[in-house]
Amino acid sequence: MINVAELPAWAALVTSLLVLLGAGFTIVGAIGLLRLKTFYERMHAPTLGATWGTGGILLGSIVFFSVLQSRPVLHEILIAAFVTVTTPVTLMLLARTALYRDRSEGSPDIPPPVSANGKAKAAAPD
Amino acid sequence: MSRLLPYPLLTASLLTMWLLLNGLSVGQIVLGTAIAVMASNVTAALQPAKPRLRRWYLLPKLVAIVVVDIWRSNLAVAQLILRTDQTRRVSGFVIVPLELRDPTGLAILACIVTSTPGTAWVEYDSTQSKLLLHVFDLVDEAHWIDLIKNRYERLLLEILV
Repeated sequence: MINVAELPAWAALVTSLLVLLGAGFTIVGAIGLLRLKTFYERMHAPTLGATWGTGGILLGSIVFFSVLQSRPVLHEILIAAFVTVTTPVTLMLLARTALYRDRSEGSPDIPPPVSANGKAKAAAPD
Repeated sequence: MSRLLPYPLLTASLLTMWLLLNGLSVGQIVLGTAIAVMASNVTAALQPAKPRLRRWYLLPKLVAIVVVDIWRSNLAVAQLILRTDQTRRVSGFVIVPLELRDPTGLAILACIVTSTPGTAWVEYDSTQSKLLLHVFDLVDEAHWIDLIKNRYERLLLEILV
């Protein structure tokens, strides 16, 4: 049904660049997850995969299928929307769990609960 | 209007989703409208909070700002991760006092903050309306507070009632 050979060269180029871009951001995010020292720093790394990692691959998919089927194929937008809306839920769960753990262990670098103290500042350890 | 469509925004979103998944045609519009109206009436039993958009025309502006910011911070965080010298970078917590109290607005702000690499929503205290944020590359605390408050929160306050 889908004949890739029919894809014009410009569309193939655009698609591969977008997919490479997405894959690139995703792998940098994965490297960050591996390399960074503290939990709170590691929390930031996978966001790359959830934003432009996903975004690049989805844009590539939109270009690829829209050109092949000669009509706009846009349902990838839904994937982007649902990923964006659901990521904060898991991230907050993880972040607050870590915060709860660190506070109960009395870690010095963790700010006290917001309601208890107006000003708190902490730097992550090296 | 309000009896048949208790949540017009939800109905419109469901119809859009239906059409994106099934393709645009007269038959799909009819079927999609019927399903969207039915589904949003069923959802009405849950009585979800109804966001009231006062200046909805500012939404595209917010989306554009966020897309640009996500792109920029993607590049910035990618560079920081790949840098060999990790000790130079300081990351830490920032407390941002918020004026925004609307649950929908806070949810949108949470999506923005989370989707922007480099900032993570850690904790929100609703009694004091303060947000605890973790910033990946914390050079200047005031910069981040200013970013959240002036770039996103002000627009959100204008959009929502």
